Amino acid sequence: MSKCEVVIVGAGPAGIACGYVLAKAGVDVVILERGQYPGAKNMFGGTFFADQMCELIPEFYTEAPVERFVAKKRYALLINNSEVSLNIDAEEHKKSPYNHSFIVRRSVFDKWFAKKAEEQGATIICGTAVTDFVWDDKRIVGVTAGTADDQDNVLLADVVVCAEGANSMLSEKTGLRNRLSMRARCISVKEVIELGKDVIDERFGLTAREGAAYEYFADATPGMLGDGFIYTNMNSLSVGVGVIISELYGRKNPPSPNQLLDRFKSHPCIWPLIKGGKTLEYSAHMIPMDGYKNLPRFYTDGLMLVGDAAGFVNNSICHEGVNMAMASGMMAAETILENRAQRRYDTKALRQYELRLKNSFILQNMKSSRDFIDILRTHKELLNDYPHLMKEVITRYFEVSDVPKSTVKRDIVRMIRSRVSFVKAAKTVMALVKGGI
Amino acid sequence: MATAEKNQLSLNDKLFTVRRKPLKESHIRLDKQLCKKCLNRICTYICPAEVYIWSESKNEIDIRYENCLECGACRVACDSIEWANPVWGTGIAYKNS
Repeated sequence: MSKCEVVIVGAGPAGIACGYVLAKAGVDVVILERGQYPGAKNMFGGTFFADQMCELIPEFYTEAPVERFVAKKRYALLINNSEVSLNIDAEEHKKSPYNHSFIVRRSVFDKWFAKKAEEQGATIICGTAVTDFVWDDKRIVGVTAGTADDQDNVLLADVVVCAEGANSMLSEKTGLRNRLSMRARCISVKEVIELGKDVIDERFGLTAREGAAYEYFADATPGMLGDGFIYTNMNSLSVGVGVIISELYGRKNPPSPNQLLDRFKSHPCIWPLIKGGKTLEYSAHMIPMDGYKNLPRFYTDGLMLVGDAAGFVNNSICHEGVNMAMASGMMAAETILENRAQRRYDTKALRQYELRLKNSFILQNMKSSRDFIDILRTHKELLNDYPHLMKEVITRYFEVSDVPKSTVKRDIVRMIRSRVSFVKAAKTVMALVKGGI
Repeated sequence: MATAEKNQLSLNDKLFTVRRKPLKESHIRLDKQLCKKCLNRICTYICPAEVYIWSESKNEIDIRYENCLECGACRVACDSIEWANPVWGTGIAYKNS
């Protein structure tokens, strides 16, 4: 049985950021990671929002293993075999600090970030899966990587930070959250496809370290709440799909996530971007979809939840995740530093953590998009009927023929009227503006 | 969709790209008697690695735990699945994701 001041479960962005801040302040902090190395079990789509990282390590992107910065964004609707999209290519985003948006591969990046925390004095122990907390009555006093009576694998601490990630099994054990429901998690799969820098630059219209982040909705996951994505690494693409688990449940002939990915990849608007590549790695991960209204409690006596374990992902079109993870880890660290003199980490002391969260962009952004997923779930027309109608309207309008445009316009208005209730559509849009985006 | 003509990898080929340190024993527990009565068997389609296969001949679920990508979707989808993190650094080790 050993002892340290703070133990952190999980070396992802939340855990490492927490450990970094604590170690820098001279705290005896140990991070336990279940993978062979930090990043071994980690995967995400691709975009890293880095304002917190810049706070810790200014201009980190000059030394970190960053693939590219996000120079081009695309929000696209796949509609049957077609695509309608919005491209954003803003010159403001192409100079330092690059809108704080970088494309990284986590198995490489997390390893680098972990090393930075070690340089500050944090201890990171890999290959150690925490199986449970150690309790003293109602207070958490440490963690164990073995069975409860196995004292050799117990690490005691003044306070524990749980950064276990999206598969939040330890958090469930504390009672801070219920067993995860199918609606509370998205299952995401991706392939990293090697193509070479020149081919990628040419296909996506990029130069130097410019990168592209493409998001695809509607028929990317037909009839289901989900999305598809392509992010450009330096020499490879990250291509994937995600779908909320409950969306597959009970469906007739449900596809597996891998089948959804293959279908997405072979879409006629996707295939030309990825063809000829070699799949370097297939991976899968869950994404928290708890949403503001179903977040767990964030702390108990001796414990704080940070990052995905606390459900800190903004499920709007912004995909904020890693930035929230890092920010929450840093707030947990600041809360610890504030109470370090008294060595008191009971619920009264840790309430400061929740106050910090409430006063920050984390809970404020999650609150402002609190209804987004519910609206998409209850208004299936938003990702089905409306995009299909929109595509028909656009193709009809741009159809080259000798039919006078006035007739075309009249037909279009008729087409829309017969298929959309304006009152209903207006209500949906209002709801989206109020609590969606 | 024209998957075959676009020459895509099979799931087995994809799983072969994932580096692993082999598990000594299964990290998945499941009362297979319950599966016989299960109407949905979501485990057979929710898993990105298709770890759970319904075997008609054995009339039970086959669990190919060695293929697990450790996402945890199965345990979220099915309350009867007891899933634990592989211990001592075994299991997947992504290099490119």
